[in-house]
This record gives sequence, structure tokens and C-alpha cells, in this order.
Amino acid sequence: MLEILELEFFQRALIGGVFIGITAPLIGLFLVLRRLSMIGDTLSHVAIAGVALGLLIGFYPLAAGVIFAIAASFAIEKLRKAYKTYAELSLAIIMSGGIALASILFTWGKSFSMNVNSYLFGSIYTLSTGDLYLIGGVTIAVLVIIGFQLKELFLMTFDEEAAAVSGLPTRFYNVMISVLTALVISAAIKIVGALLVSALLTIPAACSLIVARSFRQSVIIVVVIGELAVIAGLLIAGVWNLAPGGTIVLLLIAVLLILLTLRKGFRRAG
Amino acid sequence: MPDGGETMNNGASCHREVIGIHNVSFAYEQKPVLSGVSFSVKERDFIGLIGTNGAGKTTLLRMIAGLHKPSSGEITLFGEPIAKFKEWNRIGYVPQRNSFNPQFPATVKEVVTSGLYGRGMIFRFLTKEHHTKVLDAMDAMGISDLKDKKIGQLSGGQQQRVFLARALVNSPSLLILDEPTVGIDAETQQSFFHMIKHMHQHHNMTFLMVSHDMEMVKGYLGQQPASSWGKLNFYIKHSHETQDCVESNLAHSLKGLREQLESGREVVSVVGDTGA
Repeated sequence: MLEILELEFFQRALIGGVFIGITAPLIGLFLVLRRLSMIGDTLSHVAIAGVALGLLIGFYPLAAGVIFAIAASFAIEKLRKAYKTYAELSLAIIMSGGIALASILFTWGKSFSMNVNSYLFGSIYTLSTGDLYLIGGVTIAVLVIIGFQLKELFLMTFDEEAAAVSGLPTRFYNVMISVLTALVISAAIKIVGALLVSALLTIPAACSLIVARSFRQSVIIVVVIGELAVIAGLLIAGVWNLAPGGTIVLLLIAVLLILLTLRKGFRRAG
Repeated sequence: MPDGGETMNNGASCHREVIGIHNVSFAYEQKPVLSGVSFSVKERDFIGLIGTNGAGKTTLLRMIAGLHKPSSGEITLFGEPIAKFKEWNRIGYVPQRNSFNPQFPATVKEVVTSGLYGRGMIFRFLTKEHHTKVLDAMDAMGISDLKDKKIGQLSGGQQQRVFLARALVNSPSLLILDEPTVGIDAETQQSFFHMIKHMHQHHNMTFLMVSHDMEMVKGYLGQQPASSWGKLNFYIKHSHETQDCVESNLAHSLKGLREQLESGREVVSVVGDTGA
């Protein structure tokens, strides 16, 4: 059953999955706590347009995705200022814009037989060495930055106004979070697919909101749940020949449902 | 305008200007919110910024805290123009209690500790001394027992003490309070204000408090505003009306006050106690 672990493509998948299982939930925690859960979905849909362009013009698709996602995160900030009280409106506009552009680019590229599915639903078994370097680099960058800036990010997330009054450059931190988000999403696209990236960002955070008793705990919990889902999901998908991205996401939802049920049980008991 | 305050300007070291508001105007989407406001806050003054909704009090407060830029005019903090001001750790800020997400997974201790984070702490780790400051601030506010509770589980009055502890953890020279008692019952409001008043009388701190609740501060700051700009009224208790240039350990003295209050030795009275 576990001979699958000896296969090189599966080992690559596992390495990529372990990396993304740390970074996506970590970044996702800050997004969810800042009530920006939908930003993951939006940026991944725009990144898909970048991937399509990359494939079309022969440029490394994930790098093109990163560039598009970063540009989109700035566009969201701009639009949000124009529609102050309707912050989610900017997300809806950019998301549909991204998908619209992607659909045109993909249709153009049809003659080049581009594999749309592998970017929409992920293709973790086809990770190249270059992909692994990109994902590894993003993981190191995210861990170093979050590790050194955890207390500042906590204050920014909990109370942005207090952060500004204490002299933190809040605009810089907002840009930093946006850029890291764009990087993580683009790196995660090949693993779970653009349509499912958002789950890896938000569901671990949703789980931690149920059980975490402190911010420190919630940071640990999101990473543990993310890793569990990615590793178990890949193994289950490998053994039973299921779609890996979908399996990981359904596992995350199962964990969430179990925690929600347990919480109800605790409440009744208490 | 402050009377007598001017003459003391260059005198004792505790009567320097803390906040200077020089002909400040602010417009939001072409609508003027404030126009030509000038005011000076000296060290150890207690300023009550009172006004109805839309009078511009929160806007002015946000400009002083560096969150908004004035459309024209200048604001100085501790004698520095706000754009050049760097010593933000000298300012403690207590936000409106309803401005945070009550489901946020943060403990009381984590929130109080975050008062230490700021420009000067980037890339630096907390030392033992920092942790002692956090414990002292929690002790002073009587919230040590709650330190591992999530902030959202506390009552409104307790949350307000947490935010006050966070603001005090750096031993600030200037404490800015934005509607600190909104949504808190009358009794808790009174004891909160009593604590603030105690700090003003016994410590080297300057206070700027925004409120729409007249009754609350009237007793302490006097019946008439010191100056008015549109619907915005500045009530003031000058530093020279209280003890001069006091310095004492805040955590220690607040803890003493709390113990007194709890044992009923001191009657809380806000209205009618002018302290002069």
C-alpha cells in the first residue's frame, strides 16, 4: 500500500504539499482574522489568468501567476478605497475580471493544447524541480517574515488603528501581507488548483477559531491542521487514486465538521 | 485658551506643550469637518473633547494620533511636527471598545503585551523586563486573574480595563481615550473615570479624552468649555490645578487605589468633585 511513497513523482508531491501545508494556512489565518477570507479566491482566479498568459507566450506560468496576483492585490486596495463601505465589491469585480481574462486566454491557447484542468484543479503529481524551488522559496520567505514580524502582524490584525498610533508603518505591512498572499496562492495553484486554493487558506483558520484559546495557539493549530490534511489527503488520494486537491479540501471540511460537532457536545455537557 | 499655562511654558519641566493644534482644518470628501481649530495642551492637562455626533471630535483625535492628515494647518506632538514625530511609545491609545473583533482568538495577556509593540520594537524580542511591565499593567488594572481568558469572553468594563492596561504598559506621557465608556454600565463608567482621575492627579501624564457624554466629565473639568470651535468643545483641567510635577509608580499606586475601592474605604464620586 505504501509503495507509492517510493515513487519519485509522489515524493515531489509530498514535499510540495508539506511546504504549502505550512504557508497557506499561516497566511490564511491573518486574512481570515482581518475578515478578508474571499481575497484568496479572488487572487487565485486572477493568477489563473497569469498562468494562461504564461502558457500562451511561453513564460514560466507560475511566475506569471505571481505577477498577476500581486497586481490584483494592489488593484483591490485601490478599488476598496473607491468603495469604502462595500469592501467585498472590489473582490467580486477583480475575481470575475480574472476569470474573464483567463477564459479568453485559454480559448486562444486551445490550439496549443493547454491543460486548463491542471491549473484549475491542481496537478500535484506533475511538480517540476522548478516548481519545487518556487514553492520552497516562497515557504522560506513566508516563514522568515512571519517569524520575525509575528508580534507586529498580531497588532496589525487585532487593531490596525493601535498599530498606526504605535508608529508601525501600516501601509507597508498591508502591502507585505498582500504580496505574501499573492506568492502563496500562486505557489499553491499547482498543488490544489485555483478553484480550491481558498480552502487551504481559510478552513484551517476556521478550525482554529473553534478551538484556539490564544493567538499563539491559533498559529500552531492552523499549521498542524493544514499539514495533517495535506499529508493524509495525498496518501489517501494516492492509494485510492482520487483527485489529490479535492481529497485534501474534503478532509479539511471533515475536520471542521468534527470540531464543530465536538464544540456543540462540549457546550451541552457544560 | 489656557490661562496661566503660557507663563509656565518655559518653567518647570512638566509644563511643556504636549499637543499643539495650529489653525487645523479638515475636509472629508469636500465637506468641511473642522475649520481653523487652534488649541494647546500642556503637560499634565486633562482635556475633555466634547461634542455631538459629527462635531469632528473623532476626526481631530485621529489627526492627533497620526491616522488622518489635516487638510491645512499643523499639529505638533511634544514640540515636533507630527510628520517628524518618532516617539510614538510616549502615547497610549485607548480605542472605542466596539472597534475590535470580539471573536478574535487573543488572550488578555496577548492584548496587553501588544501595547509594547511599535516602531522601536520591530526585529526585537521581548525581554524579561517587558514581561514584568505587562504583569504590572495587568495588576494595576485588576485583570491579572483574567490573563488567559479570551478578550471576547470578558464584560464591557473588563475589556475597557484590558485596553487601558495595554495603553499604560509603556508608561505613556500622553493618554488618548476615544469614547472609553461607550456601552458600559453606569457604575463601571464611574469607577473607570475614577481611575483615570486618580492617574491625572498623581502621575505625570496628560489626558485627552473624547466623549459625547457631558455629565461624565463635567464634574471634573468644570461646567464651561475652555474654548469652542463649531460644535466641538474643549473642557480642560490645567496641570497647575493639581499637584505639581509628581512622579510615582503607576502600577503600585493604581493597585493601592483599587484595593481602597474594593474595601469601600473611598467613596467613588465623580460629579461635584473638582479636585481644585
